[in-house]
Amino acid sequence: MADQPGVAAMETGSLEFRGAEVDLVDERRESRETVGTPFVDDARMTCRDVNVHYGDNHAIKNVSLDIGREQVLAMIGPSGCGKSTFLRALNRMNDTIDGCRMTGEIKLDGNDIYAKDMDVVPLRALVGMVFQKPNPFPKSIFDNIAYGVRIHGLAESKSEIEGIVEHSLKRAGLWEEVNDRLRQPGTGLSGGQQQRLCIARTIAVSPEVILMDEPCSALDPIATARVEDLINELGADYTIAIVTHSMQQAARVSQRTAYFHLGDLLEVGPTDQIFTNPIHPLTEDYITGRFG
Amino acid sequence: MAASGKSTIERVRATLARRNRAERRFKNFGRAAVLLGLLFLVLVFVNIILTGYSAFWQTFVKLPVHFDARVIDPRGGADPETLGSADYGALVKASVRSLFPDVSGRRHRRELGKLVSRGTVFQLRRMVLEDPSLVGSSTEVWVPVDDDYDMLHKGNVDRTLPETDRRLSDRQIAWFDRLADDGRVESRFNITFFTAGDSREPELAGIRGAAMGSFFTLAVTLLLSFPLGVATSVYLEEFAPRNRLTALIEVNINNLAAVPSIVFGLLGLAVFINLFGLPRSAPLVGGLVLTLMTLPTIIIAGRAALTSVPPSIREAALGVGASKLQMIVHHVLPLAMPGMLTGTIIGMARALGETAPLLMIGMVAFVVDVPQSVTDAATALPVQIFLWLDSPERAFVERASAAIMVLLAFLVAMNALAVVLRRRFERRW
Repeated sequence: MADQPGVAAMETGSLEFRGAEVDLVDERRESRETVGTPFVDDARMTCRDVNVHYGDNHAIKNVSLDIGREQVLAMIGPSGCGKSTFLRALNRMNDTIDGCRMTGEIKLDGNDIYAKDMDVVPLRALVGMVFQKPNPFPKSIFDNIAYGVRIHGLAESKSEIEGIVEHSLKRAGLWEEVNDRLRQPGTGLSGGQQQRLCIARTIAVSPEVILMDEPCSALDPIATARVEDLINELGADYTIAIVTHSMQQAARVSQRTAYFHLGDLLEVGPTDQIFTNPIHPLTEDYITGRFG
Repeated sequence: MAASGKSTIERVRATLARRNRAERRFKNFGRAAVLLGLLFLVLVFVNIILTGYSAFWQTFVKLPVHFDARVIDPRGGADPETLGSADYGALVKASVRSLFPDVSGRRHRRELGKLVSRGTVFQLRRMVLEDPSLVGSSTEVWVPVDDDYDMLHKGNVDRTLPETDRRLSDRQIAWFDRLADDGRVESRFNITFFTAGDSREPELAGIRGAAMGSFFTLAVTLLLSFPLGVATSVYLEEFAPRNRLTALIEVNINNLAAVPSIVFGLLGLAVFINLFGLPRSAPLVGGLVLTLMTLPTIIIAGRAALTSVPPSIREAALGVGASKLQMIVHHVLPLAMPGMLTGTIIGMARALGETAPLLMIGMVAFVVDVPQSVTDAATALPVQIFLWLDSPERAFVERASAAIMVLLAFLVAMNALAVVLRRRFERRW
C-alpha cells in the first residue's frame, strides 16, 4: 500500500499547528474531504465519486476508495454512517432496494460493475457477501455450500462438488465440527458455526472479493474470535472488505481502515496508523470513544 | 412516589389483584367461547348423523320370483333382444300377488304393487340377461322395498296417526308386518347409495354422480387455480413494479375475494357458456367458475406467504449469485409453500361447498348418469344435497343428511391432506 505522498505531506504539514491554532482545528473538523491514503497501487476494486441515494436520503457522498488486492479493508464509523450501504454497493446488493440510486464508478479489476452489460449474477459470484446475521439456507449443511457451486455450474461431477464442499468447510475451519453431519440442516448449528458456514458457502464459489457486513455482531466473544482468526487467514488469499462496529476487531483483522461519518469517507489509512495517529479530528474522536 | 408515602412495590401490589382478575376473566371468556363453539359443532354433527346414518341401510324384501317363460320369452330361444324388452313388471306383480293370494280388487292390487321398488323390474331384467338359463325357473330374490315401506321399517312412520295423514294405509302396513313376521324383510347395507347417480326414487338414488361431479369440478379448479394463483402472487409480489396499475390490480383482487359467488356464476354463464359455447351443466365450466372464485383467495394467501419469507434468505441467495428467479424458485417458494397450500386448501374447501354459482351454469340439473369426464352433465355434492332437501319424500331427508356426511368426510380428508403436505414441506426444509 503505497502512500500518496502529496496528501500525506499536506496533512502532516497541518498537524504541526495542532492545538496551537484553534481556528485551524475547527476548520479541519468541519472538512469532509477524505484524508489519508484512499488509493493504492495494486487495487482489486476502485471506487470513484460514489454517491448513493435512498429516495431523498443522500446516504453516500462522493466516496472514492481503493480496495487493495489480497488484504483486508475494515470500514468503521458510527451507526448510520453509510458503511454498510457502501459495502452493499460493491456487489450491487443495493439494486434490490426500491428507490436506491447510485452514481459514480466502481470497478472490479478494471471492469465497471455498474456498466449496462454487466450482469449481477456473475458479479455476485466474483464478489461474495457474508451478512450481519448468519443466514444459512434451511437446507442441509452440504446443500448450503453446494448451492452456489451448482447454480453456477462450477463442478462437473458429484465427487467434484463433494471436494469443493470439503475444501470450503476446511477453509472455514468447520470441517472437524460438522463432517459427520453434512446432511443435517445448517440451521441446527450454533450461531458462530452458522456464520462460518455462511463464509464457507461464500468461498465455495471461489470469489475474488468477499464482503462482510458486521459478521460478528450476532456472535458471542468465543465465536467472534474464531471468525476473526478465519478472516485473518482468508486475508492472505482473498480481497476482503469488512464493515464492523468494533474498533478492536478492525484493528485485529484489517491492514487498512476507512472511517465513514454521516455518508462521508473522512479518512483512510493503514490500520495501525488510524488507531494510533489519526489525521482527521472526527476520526480521533470516534476511535477514542468520544462518540459512536 | 415519596409524596404519597408509598413505595413502588406497594403501588404495584395495589393493582396486582385487579390485573390478575382481568387476565383470569379473559381466559374464562375464551374458554366459554371455545366451549360454545364446540357445543354447536357437536350439535350439528349429532343432528346430521342421527338423521342420516339410516340412509346407509336399505330395507330389502325376499320375493319368490317365477321367471315365467310365457311372459319374458314367449317365442323361446332366449334371444337377448326379446329378453331385454320383455315385461318384467308382470313378473314382479305376479310375484307380489303370490305372497298375498287373498288380496283382490283392482285398487288393493295396485296398492300391493307399490310394495317393492320400481327398480326391481330392472334388477330382474339384469338377472335374466346375465343368465338366460333362469327363464322358466323360480327363485327367491332380495329386492329393495319402496321408500315408504323403507321409512316404515326404519320407524319413521307414526303408526298412531290417522290413516289419511299417512302415505301408507293400514292395509299396506299390515301386509308389510306380515312379510316381516315371515322373515322376508331384512335391512342391508345400502350399496346403491354409493354406486348410483340421482333418481326420483329414493331407494335407487345414490351419491356417486354428485361425488364424481364434485371431483371433476374440483380437479379442474385445482389444476387451474393453484398454478395460476402461485404464479400471479409471485409475479405481483416479486417482479411487478410498484405503480398505480399494480395498486389498482391489488385492490381489485382483494375486492374479488369478497364478491358474492352467485355473481361468478352469472359471469360463467355469460362468458363460458354463452360466449365460448362450452356445454351446460359440465364440471369443466363449474371448475372454471370456481377457479375465478378461488383465485383471489389463493393469490392473497400466496402473497402473504411470500412476504413472510425472511429477507435474510433472499439476501443469502442473491449473495452467492443466484438470479432472481433462482432465488424465488429455490428458496422463497419452498418456504412460502406451506402458507400457499393452506390458502389453496381453504379456497378449495370453499369451492367444494359452493352451490350458488353452480346453479347459474346448470349444474343443478337432475342427472341420473354418473359423469365420466369433465364435459358430461353433472351436479356437485352441495347441489345434490339442495336437490334432495327440495324433494317431498321423507326418505330423501335422510339421504341428504348422509350426503352431508360424505361432503364433510371429503372436507376432513382435504384438510388432513393439507396437514400432511405441510408436514412434508416443513420436514424437508
